[in-house]
Amino acid sequence: MPDIINALFVFMLACFLGFEVIRRVSPLLHTPLMSLTNALDAISVVGAILLVGEGKSTFTTVLGTLGIIAATSNIVGGFIITDRMLKMFKSSRPAGPSAGK
Amino acid sequence: MMMAHGIDLLIEFFYLAASALFILSLKWMSSPKSARHGVWAGEIGMALAIVGTLLYRGPGGAVLHYRWIFIGLVLGSIVGVPLGRVAMTAVPQRTALSHAFGAFCVTLVGIAHYYSEVPDLPRFTMAVLSAEVILGSLTFTGSLMAAGKLQEILPQRPITYRGANVVNLGILGVAVAFAIYLITNPGHTAFFPFIVALPLAFGVLMIIPIGGADMPTVISLLNSYAGLSAAAMGFVLNSKLLIIAGALDGSSGFILSVIMSKAMNRSFTNVLFGAFGQVQASAAGAAEQRTVRSATPEEAAGILSAANKVVIVPGYGMAVAQAQHKVRELFDSLSRRGVDVKFGIHPVAGRMPGHMNVLLAEADIPYDRLLDLDEINADFPQTDVALIIGANDVTNPAARDDKASPIYGMPILDVDKARTVMVIKRGMSPGFAGIDNPLYYLDRTLMLFGDAKAFVGDIVRELSGSHH
Repeated sequence: MPDIINALFVFMLACFLGFEVIRRVSPLLHTPLMSLTNALDAISVVGAILLVGEGKSTFTTVLGTLGIIAATSNIVGGFIITDRMLKMFKSSRPAGPSAGK
Repeated sequence: MMMAHGIDLLIEFFYLAASALFILSLKWMSSPKSARHGVWAGEIGMALAIVGTLLYRGPGGAVLHYRWIFIGLVLGSIVGVPLGRVAMTAVPQRTALSHAFGAFCVTLVGIAHYYSEVPDLPRFTMAVLSAEVILGSLTFTGSLMAAGKLQEILPQRPITYRGANVVNLGILGVAVAFAIYLITNPGHTAFFPFIVALPLAFGVLMIIPIGGADMPTVISLLNSYAGLSAAAMGFVLNSKLLIIAGALDGSSGFILSVIMSKAMNRSFTNVLFGAFGQVQASAAGAAEQRTVRSATPEEAAGILSAANKVVIVPGYGMAVAQAQHKVRELFDSLSRRGVDVKFGIHPVAGRMPGHMNVLLAEADIPYDRLLDLDEINADFPQTDVALIIGANDVTNPAARDDKASPIYGMPILDVDKARTVMVIKRGMSPGFAGIDNPLYYLDRTLMLFGDAKAFVGDIVRELSGSHH
């Protein structure tokens, strides 16, 4: 029982924290934000790893391995594309466009 | 025994650090200047989480069976790299697809957990396990459908039929009823497949009536569901790391869907159980014969080069025509002439939150020129030319002025307050909602008929031709 209550407290606090942090994200970056949270959400790979690692049956190993593949592809793909997008966001240089007409 | 304890503690510290890094990762996304640090923090956090998990020792200090774990990690990376390298124009469907992958993993783990533990499942575990499987399944098929629509494998038009909402909610309701029964009787394995299959069907049916223009809200909502299903998995496994990461993702998707619905002046329920399909029929007949003024690229170039301030308003049409690089050339050409060029970006322009910003950033337009609805609207009265490229409903003054309009109340870009309005458009066909746009009939409006990419290219050529 204390585990459940602890888990609910953690969930509640993380939701409030999430709201406060995400509210501050610039609308400019909403697309990379979504691909980043996608990569972070693939933390479910942890559950799949434990499932496969415990090797209880062929059934759990097959499902868990498929889960690891899906989640890992989100981790790898999500971080790569987020970084690619963020690299493109450049500010106009203080020098500005050349004075030549 | 001491050894096992030491490792358990070490793993918990890895997870603690990973949680902190995930929070920092999202915090650093607040500004383009620090955002790339956010990616690094996320990567380190994820690496710590995975390494920590691999150190796990089962009862009696047994190490995990690594073989299939590594095969999964390697195959996943092989699949992930090309998914990270897709063209920027394909980002909306890629995002939808990755929501499906995330939900797929969560659902499979939930199913496996059920069958390996049954009937030894406490009520709370069975409740969160049901939530995990139901949310995971409907997000999986819903996201696949969304990806299919965005990739145009499936028709983008909303498909509606009478009683759809009753059928959909009925299906979900039955799934929830089975889940509630299983909470008290987890041993009834015959019922479990229903709480997978029914939400899978619900996910498909939920997306069928969704049109392309609703995609920003729907993708955000699916993002939120994917996060919540991962948090539910965290409850099942009693993992605070999963709960935190899932809650962060869930709240992120939720906030984005709220922003998107507000930008369309619609409620969640309206988007999901929306009545926009019916609007088309009623508004279609309203268009009367009115005259529009059109202009050639030469005339448009003349007006633009004489302007001091220009605001460009891009929409999904710019993305479809792949016109962003030509738009950059126009931006450069006008900037060189000393024209102040900004971009006015509506939150729901495009097919996902922030879609236009990414395309314009890819075309090397500095992000400080990309302004949000709230930031740009005060500028229009002092703007000489508002140039609209492939956007329609987000510029429709009826949303502001005409109480009878189906989109009345939706916040719009006040382009009609600019001295001259130019609209690049293929023809006079109405936007997604089938609503006529009075903007096109104003005296100050010039219609530039043609393909966005070709027309902008022609304007750029005229501008460079008249170089002195």
